[in-house]
Amino acid sequence: MASTSKKWVLGIVVLAFVVPLLKPIFPDAISDYRLFLVSTMIIASIAVLGLNLLTGFNGQFSLGHGAFYAVGAYTAAVLMDQLSVPYWATIPAAAIVCFIVGYLFGLPALKLEGHYLALATFALALAVPQILKYKWLEGLTGGVQGIVLNKPEVPFGLPLSEDQWLYYFCLVVMVILFWAAANMLNSRSGRAMMAIRDQYMAADTMGIDTALYKTVTFGISAAYTGIAGALSASAIAFVAPDSFNIFLSIKFLIGLVVGGIGSLTGSVIGGIFYVLVDNSAQALSQFVKNDLGLPFDLSAYTVFGVLLIAIIYLMPMGIAGGLFMAWRKIRGAR
Amino acid sequence: MAALLEVSGLKAFYGQTQSLYDVGFEIPTGGITTLLGANGAGKTTTLRAICNMVRTDGTVRFDGKNIRGMATEEIVRRRIAHVPEGRGTFTTLTVDENLRIAAYTRRDKQGVRDELDRVFTYFPRLKERIQQQAGTLSGGEQQMLAIARALMLKPRLMLLDEPSFGLAPLIVQEIFRILKRINEEEKVSILLVEQNAALALDLATHAYVLETGRVVMSGPSAVVKNDENVRKSYLGY
Amino acid sequence: MEQFLQQIASGLANGAIYACVALALVMIYVSTDHINFAQGEMAMFSTYLSWQLMTWGLSFWAAFIVAVALSFVMGVVIERLILRPLHNAPVLSIIVVFIGLLAIFNSVAGAIWSYLIKEFPSPFPKSSFGIAGVIGPHQLGVVVVTLVVLGLLFVFFRYTPLGLAMRAAAQNPQMARLVGVRVDWMLALGWGLASSIGAVAGIMVAHIVYLDPNMMAGILLYAFASALVGGISNPAGAVAGGFIVGVLENMVAYAGNQIEKATGIYIIGNGEKLTVALIIVIFVLTVKPAGLFGRVVVKRV
Ligand SMILES: Nc1ncnc2c1ncn2[C@@H]1O[C@H](COP(=O)(O)OP(=O)(O)OP(=O)(O)O)[C@@H](O)[C@H]1O
Ligand SMILES: [Mg+2]
Repeated sequence: MASTSKKWVLGIVVLAFVVPLLKPIFPDAISDYRLFLVSTMIIASIAVLGLNLLTGFNGQFSLGHGAFYAVGAYTAAVLMDQLSVPYWATIPAAAIVCFIVGYLFGLPALKLEGHYLALATFALALAVPQILKYKWLEGLTGGVQGIVLNKPEVPFGLPLSEDQWLYYFCLVVMVILFWAAANMLNSRSGRAMMAIRDQYMAADTMGIDTALYKTVTFGISAAYTGIAGALSASAIAFVAPDSFNIFLSIKFLIGLVVGGIGSLTGSVIGGIFYVLVDNSAQALSQFVKNDLGLPFDLSAYTVFGVLLIAIIYLMPMGIAGGLFMAWRKIRGAR
Repeated sequence: MAALLEVSGLKAFYGQTQSLYDVGFEIPTGGITTLLGANGAGKTTTLRAICNMVRTDGTVRFDGKNIRGMATEEIVRRRIAHVPEGRGTFTTLTVDENLRIAAYTRRDKQGVRDELDRVFTYFPRLKERIQQQAGTLSGGEQQMLAIARALMLKPRLMLLDEPSFGLAPLIVQEIFRILKRINEEEKVSILLVEQNAALALDLATHAYVLETGRVVMSGPSAVVKNDENVRKSYLGY
Repeated sequence: MEQFLQQIASGLANGAIYACVALALVMIYVSTDHINFAQGEMAMFSTYLSWQLMTWGLSFWAAFIVAVALSFVMGVVIERLILRPLHNAPVLSIIVVFIGLLAIFNSVAGAIWSYLIKEFPSPFPKSSFGIAGVIGPHQLGVVVVTLVVLGLLFVFFRYTPLGLAMRAAAQNPQMARLVGVRVDWMLALGWGLASSIGAVAGIMVAHIVYLDPNMMAGILLYAFASALVGGISNPAGAVAGGFIVGVLENMVAYAGNQIEKATGIYIIGNGEKLTVALIIVIFVLTVKPAGLFGRVVVKRV
């Protein structure tokens, strides 16, 4: 089982690397626009993975991961804008800054459980845009206007378009991060993380330093989502405070719930899903208006909201988890 | 005398574990019946099963109608009052509120006032503490409040779970005297669960003995009292 | 000095709004242990309902009453339809459902009424109301209306049998069933009331913050802070917390203003209101989870 799924993952990764190279053969199917869309999906997957590490694998809730995404994005943007740091170097920088911020937020979070942690992080998410506009930071952050950046340039004179290069860059970062996460979860530390989630009463007596694990997990989780933020700053070449509102955190939550809480593959599916819905909102709205004749501007969030509730009712394990279970049942029945 | 409550084939479950197996008994109208048994025998569970506070199977007929599976509050509204284990009072509400809550569906304010006065004739101590928070009452007073509140429901059947628990012997006697009066004056039938078997058997007309979720013995309390096993296990002589 | 009084007065007006939303949150919390993250959006939706009714020709107060009544129904329906089946679900599921509701209300309001900011009328006569230089007519009106609503609620919970039943159901649902209280309906009723109170808050504040689908986000955060300051399971505390937080918020901004005037250094001002609320939330949660007043439960052991 483990080896077959490894083969699958390897296959998909290889495919992901090869497909853009086929552009000369299928110029329409593999457009730059589509690659860019896939890049944003990759970024979303990383962000959702960050949230999943915390909520899915460690049992701590967060409705405010948009905050860490914002910190990552702004760290990258400020470094590029003020210090002319190259875009690739902003990734580790964002990771470190977000780890620290996440770790620090994890300290008070130690005292909070369930609804209260959700409340604290929800409050954080609500306050983020305002914090980013703080007057003293204006010199760095550009206040309400935000910061306009340049898109990453294709290095070494490679024969790639900007979007193709961005795609490869994101893909490499994603592969590294997912590989690292998989390894971590398989290690002793990973098992300790999950033991804390499952509230083994023995977690403490097993010699696990629960407080340390929880805060460090908070830090790592924030770092992952922060890296996604940094990548997005490079990809969109723009950051502004109001794009980091509560709804960003809700998107991560949708990714988490759709993909499946506590699933690595699920994080990818969740990320892809919310970007897809977000991008089809226009089409969706058109459909509702023209084809169904309803006088609404249906937004992606209506779909998100309905799905969140529906999934809790129908597939508490998430779509990916649900399908996986169904698949296992079918295979088991044979 | 026709039976007010007929229980037959009653099973009860907590999650996957079964606590009652095929319990059956009858409570005659106007009588006092006691349910004896060791710790964990299923006495509390039986009372809870009657009020549908656990998952059950079987039949519970009250006044000829099967009430099993009805919502607890609907069963109570048919005038079965349950005084739960461990003094069930609303600790943050006052004595007055604790009593009035039991009459909250009633529209006749005068009737409720009369009812209150009558209840206070049984429990004059409560009247003195009418504005006190229930949580600050003494244990015995809380037990009295719980019984008084049950009375406010104008019950036809009262289920009492260890009313003597944790109380001094004098208070216990007082409470039992009151129970007897309630039975006689208010014509309330009573199902009494008690650890203090001697006292319970004195008060009751009928007795059932429960062991690990099954009725193992039943009869008029005078007969049960003289049974050798009962004497050894529950009366201690 | 006059400016200082003004700040206090407008703090009280804001505080009245926070108090209402905080009370709505607490009402749901005490009976279900759930924090309704969608409370603000529900209030926003109710406010749009009243706006819609006004554009259809109803007077302000008629629209107010109809919207508050509709909100009550909306709250009851949400509880019965969506939350009731989940009463045994894990916390995360409940939170996800609340966030789902939040997203639905926000986006549906945007879909129906668009995201364009709208003016919202004030029902209070400009000339005769208020104290010149200290409190404006609308602010005073807000305080009066919310105080009336809070007073009515107090009377309802304190002196009516139904209010008593609701309190009993919140305190001990099992026991409440044993005295014949239909606990499930009490919860639904609680939701309905919370939703109505939210509607009052929304309709009162819309003239100040203008009407748009995101109008309640900041207010919800302040309401959280208020509820926590008052002790999350203490209704009276939530109301007090609302006024405290409302005044505190303005005092902080005022102090920041004075400091900037005196020293030329900007530290804090109106732009940091939400941050102040965030700090209050986290501070209270971690340092004083029982709130300022705690909940005095007298218990004999
Ligand atoms: N909530 C519960 N969950 C699981 N099992 C339970 C629960 N309540 C009771 N039981 C089990 O059901 C059985 C009967 O319990 P019950 O409380 O009815 O006993 P009892 O006769 O009232 O005992 P006691 O005299 O100690 O009050 C016991 O084995 C008990 O462990
Ligand atoms: Mg018992």
